[in-house]
Amino acid sequence: MEFEAVVIGSSAGGIKALTSVLSALPSDFPLPIIIVQHLHPQSDSYLAKILESKSELRVKQADEKEVITNGMVYIAPPNYHLLIEDDKSFSLSIEGPVNFARPSVDVLFETAIYGYRDKIIAIILTGANHDGGVGVKKIKQNGGYIIVQTPESAEADAMPKAAIAATNVDKVLPLEQIGPFLLQLVNNSVKKYSNNFDKFGRR
Amino acid sequence: MILRLSILHSLYFKLKTYMNDIDTQNIELQLLLQAVYLKYGYDFRNYAKASIKRRVQHRLSKDGFESISAMQNKVLYDVSFFETLLLDLSINVTEMFRDPKFYLALRKVIIPHLKKYPFLKIWHAGCSSGEEVYSMAIILKEEGLYDRTQIYATDMNEVVLKQAKDGIFNISRLKQYTANYQKAGGQESFSDYYTAHYDHAVMSKSLKKNILFSDHNLATDGVFGEMNLIICRNVLIYFNRDLQNRVLGLFSDSLPDDGFLCLGSKESIRFSAFSDSFSDIVREEKIYRKVDTIN
Repeated sequence: MEFEAVVIGSSAGGIKALTSVLSALPSDFPLPIIIVQHLHPQSDSYLAKILESKSELRVKQADEKEVITNGMVYIAPPNYHLLIEDDKSFSLSIEGPVNFARPSVDVLFETAIYGYRDKIIAIILTGANHDGGVGVKKIKQNGGYIIVQTPESAEADAMPKAAIAATNVDKVLPLEQIGPFLLQLVNNSVKKYSNNFDKFGRR
Repeated sequence: MILRLSILHSLYFKLKTYMNDIDTQNIELQLLLQAVYLKYGYDFRNYAKASIKRRVQHRLSKDGFESISAMQNKVLYDVSFFETLLLDLSINVTEMFRDPKFYLALRKVIIPHLKKYPFLKIWHAGCSSGEEVYSMAIILKEEGLYDRTQIYATDMNEVVLKQAKDGIFNISRLKQYTANYQKAGGQESFSDYYTAHYDHAVMSKSLKKNILFSDHNLATDGVFGEMNLIICRNVLIYFNRDLQNRVLGLFSDSLPDDGFLCLGSKESIRFSAFSDSFSDIVREEKIYRKVDTIN
């Protein structure tokens, strides 16, 4: 299976969890990573700055109509839903909160299927509500791959639990193993990286 | 037994929906939007597709249709069903003084320019249920400009336009609106602008008298007058590039040199065909001014 994109949903405790995952990835990670982290509606773009300072990847807030580029990390802007179009570009929406959240993980995950079909790795991290459950179910039904943080290792376990209950997820891992596992999974799927796991994976 | 059968039945249909190939669904969606345009004149064909597709899919599973094609049949023959779908497709989420920093910039930076004109025309395009129009009216009143201003508030959806005209809002939201108003530089008592009736707040008549609410579709209608200021926030994000350019062209044609244009905080004119026609006035709040391009 060759993957084309990674989508991540996180909420309460998410900044620490995202930092853990992203810091395990090398600067030449070959896929785009698209993140919905629940934030206060009036927060600015500080999350992208924090995550960029703690990883080797380039991190930015997603712009309307922006074409998604491999190796970039994109964060949904506060108070907007982030959607993925057929042509692998972003769009934004201010339609009402979904699962009390805007941005909502479900909205990102459901629309990721439009652009990436079955070539998606979806990750659910810590969070205190059920956002993401519908999204992982649909991604799984369309042939994507689902990784969930173990509820025990999550600061808030509702979101991982909801994802695990929603569908037959592929992998449930403690937080510190998610980054290395993701790298291995992607390296195995992309031929040119398949022999380099030790070099990049054991950091 | 019957219950169990019906559960099996609904599972079967769910499964069938998911088995539909994504490409087939894309074809069906294109046909549905074409059908809506031909039958009812609403043109969603150049909208950004992901949001439309997601909302159509939700309507599909909510009402138990087997496919978008099956729903299309209902759309064509049942006007009231079409009206439901129309509300699904047009997003009408708004609030008073949404993005208070924008309204603060409007008050501090744009209003002083507008005070130079003896008479003002303001176009609020895609006004939805009117919350932001009343926000503007309040600022104009406090700045002493209201009585020489005509506001044109337009939307394509007559249901929300009626709500805007009525100016009746749920009182549960007023607390947030009051906080927004204060963050936006408001210094008066916000409660002077409405009357509370049970769970509703009715906006003051004095705010309504210079607002003309009317039906206008940015995808299909044209220019209707020369404006000093156009406000169109969080509307362009739902359009594809072609439609964005059409609408920005309408705005450009509706503004004299030096006319102001305000977009939503995540919208920009910079990647459009009209980038050169506008200069930044308050960059981070997406407030632009038309420049003299005939040199």
